[in-house]
Amino acid sequence: REKQGLRRGKRERKRRRRRLLPSGRPPQRWRRRRGPARGLTGGGSNVFFLLFSPPPPPQEIVDPQKTAFLLRKAWTLYSVTPLYRFHRARLRDYARLLSAFIAAEKQKGLAVEVGVELDIRVTVSSIAELRGSEQDQPAVLVQLSSRSRASSRSSEDKLVWSGCFCSVFGDDLSENVLEGFTCLPLFLTHGAESYTSMVGRWFQKTFDCCFRRLAISPLNLSWMVAMWAGSKLDRAASAVELVFSVPRLLQPLDISYAIHPEDAKELWDTVQKTPGEITQEEVDVFMDCLYSHFHRHFKIHLSAAKLVKVSTAVASAHCDGIVKLLHSQYFLGVLMILTELAISQIQ
Amino acid sequence: MQRRRSSKTPKQPLHVFHKSQTDLSAWRKGGRINPEKSLQNNLSSNDQKYDSQESSLEQALSYLEKVQNPVALKKNTVLQKHLATVESTALQQGLPPEAFEILLSVVLSGKFVDTVNTRLLKSLIPTSVIPENSLVTAVSWLCASKCSSSIQLLFLRWLITVFDFIDHKEQLHALYGFFFSFLQDEKMCPYICHLLYLLTRKESGESHLCELETILFLILFGMQSYLQALLSLYKLFCPEQVTITLPGKMKTYFKNSEGPWKAAIAAVRQRNQGTSPLSQAVFLGTSQPQSRKRKWNAQLVIPASSTNTNNLEEDREKSSVESYSANESFPVEQLRTFPQLLQNIHCLEFPSQMGSVLTNPLLLHYMNCVKDESIYLRLYYWMGQMLQEECTWCVVDNPNEEEFKSFLNTVYKAECFLQEGLADCEEFLYRTLPLWDGVCCRSEVLRLVSWIPLSSVSDIKSYLYDPLAQLFYTSSIYFKCSVLETLKQLLQNWLNCNVIQMDSEFSSLNTTLSGLVNVVAELVHFVGRISTIALRLENNSTFLLYFILDFYETVCDMYLKYNLPLLILPPAGVFYPALLCMDSVNLNQLCYIMYRYRTNLVAAKENELSKKKILQFKFSNQTYQEYNQYITAMVGCLWTSSVFQKDIHPQGLRMDDELLSKTAVKELKTSFNIVYHPAMMGYSVHFLQQACPDDTTFNFRLIKGKKWDWYLEYLYAQGLEGLKVFIESSISRVSQAARSKAENMQM
Repeated sequence: REKQGLRRGKRERKRRRRRLLPSGRPPQRWRRRRGPARGLTGGGSNVFFLLFSPPPPPQEIVDPQKTAFLLRKAWTLYSVTPLYRFHRARLRDYARLLSAFIAAEKQKGLAVEVGVELDIRVTVSSIAELRGSEQDQPAVLVQLSSRSRASSRSSEDKLVWSGCFCSVFGDDLSENVLEGFTCLPLFLTHGAESYTSMVGRWFQKTFDCCFRRLAISPLNLSWMVAMWAGSKLDRAASAVELVFSVPRLLQPLDISYAIHPEDAKELWDTVQKTPGEITQEEVDVFMDCLYSHFHRHFKIHLSAAKLVKVSTAVASAHCDGIVKLLHSQYFLGVLMILTELAISQIQ
Repeated sequence: MQRRRSSKTPKQPLHVFHKSQTDLSAWRKGGRINPEKSLQNNLSSNDQKYDSQESSLEQALSYLEKVQNPVALKKNTVLQKHLATVESTALQQGLPPEAFEILLSVVLSGKFVDTVNTRLLKSLIPTSVIPENSLVTAVSWLCASKCSSSIQLLFLRWLITVFDFIDHKEQLHALYGFFFSFLQDEKMCPYICHLLYLLTRKESGESHLCELETILFLILFGMQSYLQALLSLYKLFCPEQVTITLPGKMKTYFKNSEGPWKAAIAAVRQRNQGTSPLSQAVFLGTSQPQSRKRKWNAQLVIPASSTNTNNLEEDREKSSVESYSANESFPVEQLRTFPQLLQNIHCLEFPSQMGSVLTNPLLLHYMNCVKDESIYLRLYYWMGQMLQEECTWCVVDNPNEEEFKSFLNTVYKAECFLQEGLADCEEFLYRTLPLWDGVCCRSEVLRLVSWIPLSSVSDIKSYLYDPLAQLFYTSSIYFKCSVLETLKQLLQNWLNCNVIQMDSEFSSLNTTLSGLVNVVAELVHFVGRISTIALRLENNSTFLLYFILDFYETVCDMYLKYNLPLLILPPAGVFYPALLCMDSVNLNQLCYIMYRYRTNLVAAKENELSKKKILQFKFSNQTYQEYNQYITAMVGCLWTSSVFQKDIHPQGLRMDDELLSKTAVKELKTSFNIVYHPAMMGYSVHFLQQACPDDTTFNFRLIKGKKWDWYLEYLYAQGLEGLKVFIESSISRVSQAARSKAENMQM
């Protein structure tokens, strides 16, 4: 009977997602409205809102130092299912076990003692600042650094890999999860893939979770460019750039389309009807304007090509699931939309 | 070694190769002899020559065992033959457990020359396990030093490679000291170290530590990496006793001793297990996720391992006195048998990754007993991600179709075992069916469809029926039949689950029953619709009709068999093609189905009248009316020859007399019944030949009166049971007038 209950819960959850998100959110600047085009199962015509809210509400809490590591690095994105029996009080133990695991993986079959000094030092820490609301779990940062062999005394460890589990306004997932599960659906990694795989496998084994690469569809990329192009920036911003790839050619052909940030913002301001809210329709209009402008000059229909990368002063994103966060003021907003994408990949 | 062998006996490998080829071709042919193959005269005669030379493995083993004097290989064709048998068997299927003791004794006793011994050692490839006893024998031969040192080395390398195939290791542990003594042999030392590394436990480390240290100092060639590795293990077990400081960083470990066996073992396992991804990696516990092309984050088959990593630290923090006595949980790795499960069910924990339960029936049993939502949630997340990640028709460039197929199969088996559909599977199907081409993993996907759990009508309609119907209409007749078969399974699964639920939770029956009735009704109507269209598309194919009627065989008995107050008759688009079909099998089946409808309806009516049960659901009069219309048509068609006049169904066979007269068929009144029905024609002809052998005109009118009764008996004797029960139940034969016959059976 309980199994049945679980299943029913599932279905209700699905439906709720298609309806509205719970209210009681912090004041938002942008809202995101999605049409039926979403996902595979997202049929039906109900429009719903998603919040997109940079800058974060309690701004004074955020210590820019603590989250500065996220900026100006290329992060590879993964979605992670909820961690089972993850205890925040035991991060130190996890670090020790993980470093032993990594050493064991490297030595292939030789026994490794847990807790001794090893080549790769692991730190696991909690970043309370990195979350959207109180409902979100604080982010977990995993860092691998290699000891410098030459001078063992110096504490100059070289950071070789870092990974960050986080959730920014991920209530959609967390509110339906049972006790014992920790929801940190978005996982960002920076560093060698071999380390990602070792850390990932250890997490999979220890917390029974699943990792999947998080690709970003062209539709979502166009959402991102519309959102970010319209954001207000104090300093001189870099150009808004869209990269398209033309399918079915013998030689790969990429088209880069750069727009002056002020022009892009001006265009967006004319498109957007209600401030604080974005609809699919508006995004489509915005993109169509850009396409027709390009067509007038080059006689090329960009709509027939595939949007593979967008970059703005706020952030850049590649369809393979690689992002760069560029602006300290807006990074929570970017993480929020990524969290949302990760959750939709999990559910 | 390879080189030496080939230089000495250059012809042998060729010989073996030929043999394995003939074996392979025989296997491909599946034992049948293809006449066309005999065209290749040369080849087949060659084959025969080798066949005659071939001996069975038993013969070979007993020969090798019994040979007394050391014999040379070159001139001895008998030995050559048996040797080749052992080699080819080993490479093809691996050797059975009982072969190892014989062969190891032969090899290590030094009976034969080294060439033979080497070849035998190299073919020691296990099919399943290697019995420990054979190794004890082998080690005792090893200590006797009857064979050359190169054979000893090769044996040790073999032992290290197959270490995980040894069934028990208790006695081997007892031989620890013997192995240890070999450390002093300079050549053997590296392999002995590796072996000891594998064998060492805490106790053995303690007892042999002092010796090892002495040896270390004795050995002047210093700290070899293999000794270091062994010593580091000892140090790990009893740190206070190892006084030597080991260099902090170890680079090399043991020499690769995999030799020629590893690939052969893998090949044999692969062959014996078919396409199962449960490969040697899982068996050996040495999974190498990265060496294959597999992504690190998607492992479809996970071996069960306990959650100890999570608890390790807690145990450590507790005082060491109390640990492991009270709350010791039984490690899932050791769970092998059902009695074990029963004994330890109170202290069993689920494995660290729930995905591993799918391939473990014992854990599935356990899952059935435990009421914990989190285990379902864990499985839900894992399976959902795996299904999406690996789905061959959603993910571009996914080459692992076979693997995905077998995963779907595993999921299906688990669902059958649990007797319920899994939520993630349902969502996966809903998500991907619209994209499915109906070809990729067809049978696996359809099997999973049959376990979709009951849910709301609208969900099932938009996510299942719509995409399925599209594929159904546009695909081959075989696909149509498999879909119908699947939907029958789905219906049965729903009904079975419902029966179980009704037994267990009688109180909540009111709430679930109406929902269930609606969903089941929708499914039956859906099948009715697609069947009607399919029959038209496929020209009333007999084959298709068979599957449709098979579905209705379940439908017609829902009230009595499954206690569900629902009976839905097939639509006219199914009923009339079945009634007028050209084969007796389907007609017979239709008769049986109508008989069961009657039984169910009568039972419902009786319940209603006696009012023993308070019925929330009554069959509407429309159902009875529809049934009566059908039955009139059937009786008219099979018995009274009055179907063209009596049939009152709007889509029925009623025809005006004028129209009928235009057909110019004589004696309309008697020309359509069990004698003349096209499906029965064969029987009536046969019957006439037997009953009136003199009459060659095929005068069917002769079948009447007493002969009519005989004819019926004849039909029943031919196995038309459905027809029998139908006629006996629905046709009253007491009254003579045809009209009253039809009316009597009406309700």
